Amino acid sequence: MKGVLKKISQINFGLMSPEDIRKMSVTKIVTPDTYDEDGYPIENGLMDPRLGVIDPSLKCRSCGSKGGDCQGHFGSINLARPVIHVGFADTLHKILRSTCHSCGRILLTDSEIVDYKGKFEYLMNNEDSLTNIIKEIYTVARRDKCPHCEEEQEDVKIDKPVSIVEGNYKLTPSEVRERLEIIPDEDALLLGVNPEVARPEWMILTVLPVPPVTVRPSITLETGERSEDDLTHKLVDILRINQRLKENMEAGAPQLIVEDLWELLQYHVTTYFDNEASGVPPARHRSGRPLKTLAQRLKGKEGRFRSNLSGKRVNFSARTVISPDPYISINEVGVPDLIAKEVTVPVHVTEWNMEEMKECIRNGSDVHPGANYVIRPDDRKIRIYEETKEAVIDKLEPGFIVERHLKDGDIVLFNRQPSLHRMSMMAHEVRVLPYKTFRLNLCVCPPYNADFDGDEMNMHVFQTEESRAEAKTLMRVQEHILSPRFGGPIIGGIHDHISGAYLLTRESATFTEEQVFQILRKAKMAIPDRTGETWSGKQIFSLLLPNDLNMVYKAEICRKCDECLKRECKNDAYVVIEDGQLLSGVMDEKAYGAFAGKILDHIVKEYGTDRAREFLDASTKLAISGIMKAGFTTSTNDEEIPLEAKERIEIHLHKAEEKVDQLIEAYENHELEALPGRSLEETLEMKIMQVLGEARDKSGEIAESYFDINENHAVIMALTGARGSMLNLTQITACVGQQSVRGGRIDRGYNERTLPHFRKGELGAKARGFVHSSYKEGLDPIEFFFHAMGGREGLVDTAIRTAQSGYMQRRLVNALQDLNVKEDGTVMDNRGVIIQTTYGEDGVDPAKSDYGKVVDLDKLIDEMRIKSGK
Amino acid sequence: MKHEMVPDHAVLSKSESNKVLKKMDIHLEQLPKIKSDDPVAKSIGAKEGDILEITRKSSTAGKFITYRLVKD
Repeated sequence: MKGVLKKISQINFGLMSPEDIRKMSVTKIVTPDTYDEDGYPIENGLMDPRLGVIDPSLKCRSCGSKGGDCQGHFGSINLARPVIHVGFADTLHKILRSTCHSCGRILLTDSEIVDYKGKFEYLMNNEDSLTNIIKEIYTVARRDKCPHCEEEQEDVKIDKPVSIVEGNYKLTPSEVRERLEIIPDEDALLLGVNPEVARPEWMILTVLPVPPVTVRPSITLETGERSEDDLTHKLVDILRINQRLKENMEAGAPQLIVEDLWELLQYHVTTYFDNEASGVPPARHRSGRPLKTLAQRLKGKEGRFRSNLSGKRVNFSARTVISPDPYISINEVGVPDLIAKEVTVPVHVTEWNMEEMKECIRNGSDVHPGANYVIRPDDRKIRIYEETKEAVIDKLEPGFIVERHLKDGDIVLFNRQPSLHRMSMMAHEVRVLPYKTFRLNLCVCPPYNADFDGDEMNMHVFQTEESRAEAKTLMRVQEHILSPRFGGPIIGGIHDHISGAYLLTRESATFTEEQVFQILRKAKMAIPDRTGETWSGKQIFSLLLPNDLNMVYKAEICRKCDECLKRECKNDAYVVIEDGQLLSGVMDEKAYGAFAGKILDHIVKEYGTDRAREFLDASTKLAISGIMKAGFTTSTNDEEIPLEAKERIEIHLHKAEEKVDQLIEAYENHELEALPGRSLEETLEMKIMQVLGEARDKSGEIAESYFDINENHAVIMALTGARGSMLNLTQITACVGQQSVRGGRIDRGYNERTLPHFRKGELGAKARGFVHSSYKEGLDPIEFFFHAMGGREGLVDTAIRTAQSGYMQRRLVNALQDLNVKEDGTVMDNRGVIIQTTYGEDGVDPAKSDYGKVVDLDKLIDEMRIKSGK
Repeated sequence: MKHEMVPDHAVLSKSESNKVLKKMDIHLEQLPKIKSDDPVAKSIGAKEGDILEITRKSSTAGKFITYRLVKD
């Protein structure tokens, strides 16, 4: 088989004739046994040596090649009586229904035949699909009387899966076959059976092909027992019944017994092809497990197509649970030593790395920087064992390939499913670490959408220099800090990075020199000379900023006051950086957070990805040391408000509910004016929603006014954008607010009311799902029920959304995957046809753009203003 | 043709067509197609084999020029 290269010019699909099957067969299979007492395969048995060999030490009796090279040969079983092939039962039924049972002609008039033949030729010449016209013929060709021989036709029915019944008489497969044999070739063509490659009667089996042993290998268990493949079991059944049927027929047994056996043979052949055919009890193994026969091997998710042909398993890959490590770089991935010793990198031995490779071999496969295999120039692969080590080292010379263990600095591909965008697969540098999980920097959680509640990720090791080089330039994590989705950073600080930076840089944060040195030491930053002065947190953070950085922006904590006080901002939300010194403003999500970080964004765009990586690694480490210096925790105490506040909220909510009642009263008295384009009911709903929405927001504001951002960690997190929102806090402390289903207030349940606790047609706040209580106070049963309704809708929506968007993405990707952007920016498909003359019509790579634009002029002007303003 | 949603179409002369093809380094067949019985093609009298230059508004680039080959 080796070295045979041929180009496929055409593929024809057809049926195998009994002659074809016999010609292909190397032996007739007669005995239902496999091996004799000595363990040798029986001649003419199911394991006949002519069917091919598996054992590499044996030679095939049919083709002479060794086991492994011989792909196997088919045998055949002569069936004592013909049986119907399950896969064709439907087609057979349709053909019988459309042909005359006595003369075998198609049930079409001569003029119809001429008509359809013309259409057939036309479609075939145009290489168009014939499916529709064949379907039409099958519906037209149903007559009570044959137009050719005037014979009355009886209705032919199919009794699933394989019985064909005419009137009240069940046709035997032999009778069916006789009828099919007399169908002329021209008529068969109109029925969709191309006489060049198939005949209708070939759908009835008279001889059964027996697949080679390579298709159904037997397994030898540890106990020495042989266990046969399911297919072999099924073939044994077929042979047994076939044998009995033949004997009974020869002995002239009564018709009834023969028919029973025939039926049984039909059952076994049916389940041999498909063990899940409807109407047939599945054939079972001795243990009660249904057998996996031919159709089951191919079908479904675990079938040959979906799991072996569309999907493949790969070598040099690893998968394990992930956990965080804030002290490794974003470019790195922590690889457990266990994995590092398993997956390998092929290294070509040269004079220069000879010693290193010898050292690896000396370490062997159990000690870390070791090696597992050596490949000689003649392509022989040698496993390194304790005993063979020295011999291998002696023979080692340039030209050998050593498969050495993964070590620090190797480039690997790291991936988390679902791989929805290109940042789901990025190249990382290896860092071999103890224990059993992959470690990754927290900043790369957003692009992978990873967390550490048990997520697992995959790692693939590059095997060629080209792939490594390509991955290093195109796929490295630092090259993906900016997302092509919106041209801003997708990798950046999260959670405690942001809280930490805030605690460090807020106005009140001052540190003694001793404390500063402790923080810097912990963050592994350079320790400056002693000056004896106290430091502000802003000064510490400025150490990380490039010396020529100039920026102005409003921080995440900005309250969007009517008049901006700029540098005198009370919240310290106006960030000014001059020559790399943070003069005012705090560092929060807008500084270097994922999806929002302005400073990070600026550094990537102006100073390049190397600098950005350094900044991100250092600033997150600094923030972590900062947060550890201060300590950070939250509890429900953070959502505690004084009694006075509770009373104010209560009064406010009460007023809002009264307002709703007034609106309803106005509506009932027909005093309500409809808004333009809305009915009276819609107007009422809108107004109520508005009042209740405002009520919740206002109660939140009241609660908020009692929070102290300097003391309250929950508020720090919400305002800096680290985690949670003010709305979350409002719902915990003040009021949960209106629950909604389908975008409106809750209006379903009982007849004209949501629950039997209310009057029919009641429209009040509570009756339609307004939750007055806060989470902390607790919900009453009615509120709880409405809350569950709203919550359920949320869950269902997310489930549906993921399914729908997943399918949409799949179709989009399938449509776009072969498109290609050429050097001059034209977008072409794989045939070279132009799709777009300039990519995106403006030729901009969004990942290299400034939030989708080539330049942001306002930003440039702002920077220049700072430079010239000093 | 006067409607704001219909972009400007213009038939290119032979020399202009060749220039465009040369600039993009492509054969005629690699261009996107437009039917010769397309209302726009009919109204400007484009014949089979002509190249149309289409100038349309673009949300990313402001103005965008593309080409189409007239086919039957």
